[in-house]
Amino acid sequence: MSETILKVENVTMQFGGVVAVDNLNLEINKGEIVALIGPNGAGKTTAFNVVTGVYQPTNGAVWFQGEKIIENHPQGKMKSQYKGQHAGEYAHVLAPTPDKVTRLGMARTFQNIRLWKSQTVFDNVLIAKHCRTTSNVFSATFRLNRKEEAAQRANVQELLETVGLADVKDELATSLPYGKQRRLEIARALAAEPQLLLLDEPAAGMNPQETEELTAFIGDIRDRFHLTVFLIEHHMNLVMNISERIYVLDFGKTIAHGTPAEIQSNKRVIDAYLGVTEDA
Amino acid sequence: MKKQNQNLVFLAVLLVVILGASIAVDAALPSYHIAIKVIKKATVYALVAVSMNLLNGFTGLFSLGQAGFMLLGAFSYGVLTIPVDKRAGVYQYFDGGAIKFSLPEVFAGFLGDSLGSVVGMLAALLVGGLLAALMAWLIGLPVLRLKSDYLAIATLGFAEILRAFFQWNALGPITNGSNLLKSYPDFAHATSYIILAGALVALILLLINSTYGRAFKAIRDDEVAAEAMGINLAKHKRMAFIISSFFAGVGGGMLAMYNGTIAAASFKSTMTYEILLIVVIGGIGSISGSIIASFLYIFSSEWLLRGLDSGVFLGIEAPGVFKNGFRMAVFSVIIMVIVLFFRKGLMGDKELPDLLRLRSRRKEAPSK
Amino acid sequence: MGQLLPYLINGVSVGGQYALIAIGYTLVYGILRLINFAHGDVFMVAGLVMVYATSAMPMYLALPLVLVITVLLGFTIERVAYKPLRTAPRMSVMISAIGVSYLIQNLAFYFTGGIPQPVTTPIPWISENISLLGASTKRVTLVTPVLTILLVLVLVYLINHTRMGMAMRAAAKDFETAQLMGIKINSVISMTFVIGSFLAAVGSMLYFTNYPSVGITSGGMPGLKAFVAAVFGGIGSIPGAVVGAFIIGLCEEVIKGLGYTTFSDAFTFALLIVVLCVKPTGLFGEKVTDKV
Repeated sequence: MSETILKVENVTMQFGGVVAVDNLNLEINKGEIVALIGPNGAGKTTAFNVVTGVYQPTNGAVWFQGEKIIENHPQGKMKSQYKGQHAGEYAHVLAPTPDKVTRLGMARTFQNIRLWKSQTVFDNVLIAKHCRTTSNVFSATFRLNRKEEAAQRANVQELLETVGLADVKDELATSLPYGKQRRLEIARALAAEPQLLLLDEPAAGMNPQETEELTAFIGDIRDRFHLTVFLIEHHMNLVMNISERIYVLDFGKTIAHGTPAEIQSNKRVIDAYLGVTEDA
Repeated sequence: MKKQNQNLVFLAVLLVVILGASIAVDAALPSYHIAIKVIKKATVYALVAVSMNLLNGFTGLFSLGQAGFMLLGAFSYGVLTIPVDKRAGVYQYFDGGAIKFSLPEVFAGFLGDSLGSVVGMLAALLVGGLLAALMAWLIGLPVLRLKSDYLAIATLGFAEILRAFFQWNALGPITNGSNLLKSYPDFAHATSYIILAGALVALILLLINSTYGRAFKAIRDDEVAAEAMGINLAKHKRMAFIISSFFAGVGGGMLAMYNGTIAAASFKSTMTYEILLIVVIGGIGSISGSIIASFLYIFSSEWLLRGLDSGVFLGIEAPGVFKNGFRMAVFSVIIMVIVLFFRKGLMGDKELPDLLRLRSRRKEAPSK
Repeated sequence: MGQLLPYLINGVSVGGQYALIAIGYTLVYGILRLINFAHGDVFMVAGLVMVYATSAMPMYLALPLVLVITVLLGFTIERVAYKPLRTAPRMSVMISAIGVSYLIQNLAFYFTGGIPQPVTTPIPWISENISLLGASTKRVTLVTPVLTILLVLVLVYLINHTRMGMAMRAAAKDFETAQLMGIKINSVISMTFVIGSFLAAVGSMLYFTNYPSVGITSGGMPGLKAFVAAVFGGIGSIPGAVVGAFIIGLCEEVIKGLGYTTFSDAFTFALLIVVLCVKPTGLFGEKVTDKV
C-alpha cells in the first residue's frame, strides 16, 4: 500500500451543542484523488476547515506526511458538553494557524470564490508565492532579492500558461468569467507549492461542459504537479469520473467509504443522498 | 518590465522638476516666506499621510494612533537636539533637564559644524522613528487582534495614554512636562524637507511594490484567503503597524522641526483625524493621492483660504462672515462632501503613472 | 477615606452623566455597528445651546429648546451623513462620523470664535451648593444618578414593551432580516439617534452645570469615555453601558483624588485596551463570531 499523506483521526467538531463533524476518520494516500460528498449541511466544509487549521477540532488529531499537525481535546465548558467519542484519548493541544498549515504543504480553494479583488490575475498568483519567500522585509524593500523575485515571476508566468490564464494575466481577477475565476483560484493554490490540494466545490455553479473541462483539468494538474487531491463536490459526474475513493458524510457522520462503484451501489448512500439528488 | 521602465522615467522627470522648483523657490524667497512654510508643512503632512495610508489603505488596518507615534517622534527630536547651552532656559522648571547632551553638537565634535549638525538632526529623527516603531512592536501584539472599529478606538486610546505620560510632571526632566520644548534646530531650506520626506516616501513605495507589500494588500482584500495562502496574519499586520509607526515617528520629528515648539497637548486625536481626512481626500490606497491631497490641503488652509479668516476673500470684504474659523468650517464642509459623494477621493486607489497610462491606452483604442 | 469621599460622590455623578452619553453610543452601535464619533460633539453642542438659551430666555423655555435642538441635530446627522452610506463598507461610515465630528467642532469654533462660552446662568436649584456627608457640592451631584437611573428605567421599559422598542431589538439582532420582515429600518435608526441625542442633551445640561464654561472640544473627552464605558459594559447592552459608565466615573474621580489627575483620562483608555484584549465582549455583551 502506498504512503499516507493525510490522516484524519477521530475528529469531532462540536459548536455549542451541535455536532457538525462526528468522529471523522479518513486516510488519503499520496497521488490519490479522494472526494468527500454528502448532502448540504453534512459537515464537509467544516471538515475542510478543521484540516486546514481554520477551526480547531473539539477532539481528535490530524496527521500530515507522517507528522501530527493538529490535535485537541475538549476543554473548559466543552468538557461537560462534549457529546462525541474518544473523549480522554487526546491530551495535547496542537493548533497551527491556517497559514502554517499551508506552508507545511496544503493549499485550498473556497466554496464561495475568495480572490483578492483589487489585484490582477498575475498578482493573485504571485502573492500566493509569498509564503515561499525567503528574503526578509529589508532585502525585499531594497530590492536585494531580485533573483528570487524574478524566479517567482517566471514561475507564476509558467503556471498561468499551464492553466490557460496567461492571456488574461493583467486583467483584474474579478473581471474574469466565473469558470476562469475558479480556475484562477486553483492556480493560486498551486502557487503555494502544495503536496495536497483541497478543493471546496470546484464545480459549483458550472454548466456540464465547464464541469467536464474541470474534471480533465484536475486530473491533469494532479499528474503534472505530482499532487494529491482532496475535494468536496456535488456534481456526481465529476466525482464518479475522477475520484479513486469517496467518503460520504451525513449529519456529521461517515456513512460510507469506498470506490465510486461501491458508493454508487451502497444502499445507505442512496437513501441519504444519491437517490434524492440524482435528477438535480 | 516595460511598464516599470515607464514608471521610472516618469518618476525621474517628476523628481527633477520638483527639486528644481524647490531649489529655485529657496533661492528666491526668504526662509520665513509663506511659500517656504507651506512647502515644508505640506511635505511633512505628505509623509505622515503616506505612512497612515500604508496601514489604513494598503493593509486595511483602521488605526487611529498616528498622533501618538508622531508625539514620540517629535519629543525624541526635541529632547535630543536642543543645544546644551539653551537647556537651562527650556527646562527652567526642571533644573535644566536630565539630558546633558545634544546630538547635533555631539556629531559636530568629530564631523565638523555643518555636516555634524545635519547628521545629528537626522540621527535624532531616526531615533524618534525607532522609538515609535518599538512602541508599535510592544502594543501591536494585543491590539492588532482586534477587528476594524475596535482597533480604531484602541489605537486612539493608546495615543491618549501616551499623551498623558508625556505631560506627566515626573517625566519633566526629559519631556519638560506640560511646558514647551523649543530652541532646537531646523532645516532652513524647503528643499531639505523635500529630499528627506521624498526619500522616506520612496522607501514606502518600494516596500508596497515588494512581495511584502503585495502580502499587505492581500490581507486588506481578503484576510481569510490571505491566511489560507500561507500569509501569517499576525506577523504581517504587526510588520505593517511597526513600519507605518516608524515613518509616523520621523514625520512627527519633522513636524516638530517645522513648528519650532513641541507641546504634548497639540498631539490630540484631532490631529489624527486631520491626517485621516487628507488620506481620504487623496484616495485610500493611493500614495500619490495622499501627497497631492497634503499639498492641496496645506496650501489652501495655510495660504489660499487665509482670507476666509481675516475679512477679505477674493476681493469681497465681509468681516462679519469671514472671521476667525470660517476657513476651517468651509474646509470641513468640503471634506464632508468628498466623504459622502466622492468616496474614492482624488485618485481612488490609482497612482499618477496609472492615470497617464490609462489616457494613452484610451488614445490607442478609442473604440474600447 | 474621608478625603476620598467627595471624589466618590463626584464619581457617581460623573458616572451618571457618562451613562447618559454612553447609551447613545451603545444603541447606535447595536443597530448600525458604527462608532458614532460625532456623539461627543452633539453633547458639546447641547452644552453650547444651553449656555446661549439660558442667558436669552426663561428656563422653562430654554431647557426644552436645548432638548429639541439636540434631538434635531442627532436626527439630521444620521439622515445626512450616515443614511447615504448604508450599503458602503463600515470604514466609510466611520470616516463619515469622524468628518461630522470635525465639521461640528469647526462650526462651533466659527460661531464661538474659539472662546469657551462661560455658563452665565446656571440652571437653578440643581446648581445650588449643598452639604453632603460633610462635603460641599452642588445639588446636581445628587440629582444626576437618580435622574439617570430613572431615565434608563423608562428607556428599558420602552424597549421591552413598545412596538418601536421591539423593532429596535429586532434590528439590533439582525439588520437584514428585520428589514425583510417589514420593519421600517430607517425610522428605527432615526429613533435610535433621537433617543441617544435626547439623553446626551440631558447629560450635557447636568455635566456643564458643574463646569464654568463650554469649549468646542469639551465634548471630545466625555464622548470618548462614554464610548469606553459602552465597550466596557458590552457594546449593545444598555445596562452594560450604565454599569460601565458608573465604574469609569468612580475610578476616574478616585484617581484624581489620589493625586494623579494627569492619568485620569489615560486610565480610561488603559481600561479599554485591557477589556478589549481580555474580554472584547465586555461585561454584558453577546459573543459575535465571524463566518468563514
